[in-house]
Amino acid sequence: MENFTPYSALFGGILIGLGASLFMLLNGRIAGISGLLKGLLSYSTTAVDKSWRAAFIIGLVLSGLVYQAFVPTQGAAIENTSPIILIIGGLLVGFGTAMGSGCTSGHGVCGLSRFSLRSLVATVIFLSSGIATVYVLRHLI
Amino acid sequence: MMKQILAALVSGFILGLGLMVSQMTNPNKVLNFLDVTGQWDPSLLLVLGGAVVTTTLLYRKVFTLATPVLGSQFYLPETTVIDRALIFGALFFGVGWGIIGYCPGPALASLGVRFYDPLIVIVAMIFGMMGYRFLSRKTTVK
Repeated sequence: MENFTPYSALFGGILIGLGASLFMLLNGRIAGISGLLKGLLSYSTTAVDKSWRAAFIIGLVLSGLVYQAFVPTQGAAIENTSPIILIIGGLLVGFGTAMGSGCTSGHGVCGLSRFSLRSLVATVIFLSSGIATVYVLRHLI
Repeated sequence: MMKQILAALVSGFILGLGLMVSQMTNPNKVLNFLDVTGQWDPSLLLVLGGAVVTTTLLYRKVFTLATPVLGSQFYLPETTVIDRALIFGALFFGVGWGIIGYCPGPALASLGVRFYDPLIVIVAMIFGMMGYRFLSRKTTVK
């Protein structure tokens, strides 16, 4: 547990909660990133709908740029940076979140905060399959 | 309309700052969190906990309003069934997350930090989403 960073984790978590709550307060929407992205790609989404979805995503990207400008950290890439691995993982993340209607933000944060049983089931499953995958990749192979 | 766009931008920015501060955007840290039998880093439990407690408390206040400040209604998911799509979708997502340590939000927030890796992930993610849409149209299996 040498890398345990409880204070920044808690503070960051609270900020995530503030952002998600603000989005509900002002726009009445769930701050689920995969859902926002999926809606942005959908033909049936109106231009108005697409514009605020895009704005949220731009806000996310900007946050990284701004934070990095003030606190230049996190230079480390993942161990297996091979593009093939990133592509396989990315495809699974996209396919899975589209199929399961949500990711860590939509199900994990917003869903659990609404006491949604669907989100609880999804969160338990993706945490479990994530843990199992890391176990296989780091300890069995 | 303009206000809604600005509100979305600010909400995304704050949420993204949270991802940066908590290091959810560091895939190594995420993978160390998922590595419960190895050098386990429980930090992300506090990220999720902090986010869920904050959101639960604030959602309660928000839902006492009749409508959101800038909209005519709250848009909440209406599905309550635990179906195969939810279960297998979450399963596939977790496997992908365990391989790369990026989930959708952190991948986007990391674009400005280390450009190439997140970009590859995001493009692949979009293809994955479109792939699912394609398949779910061809087969009407729920």
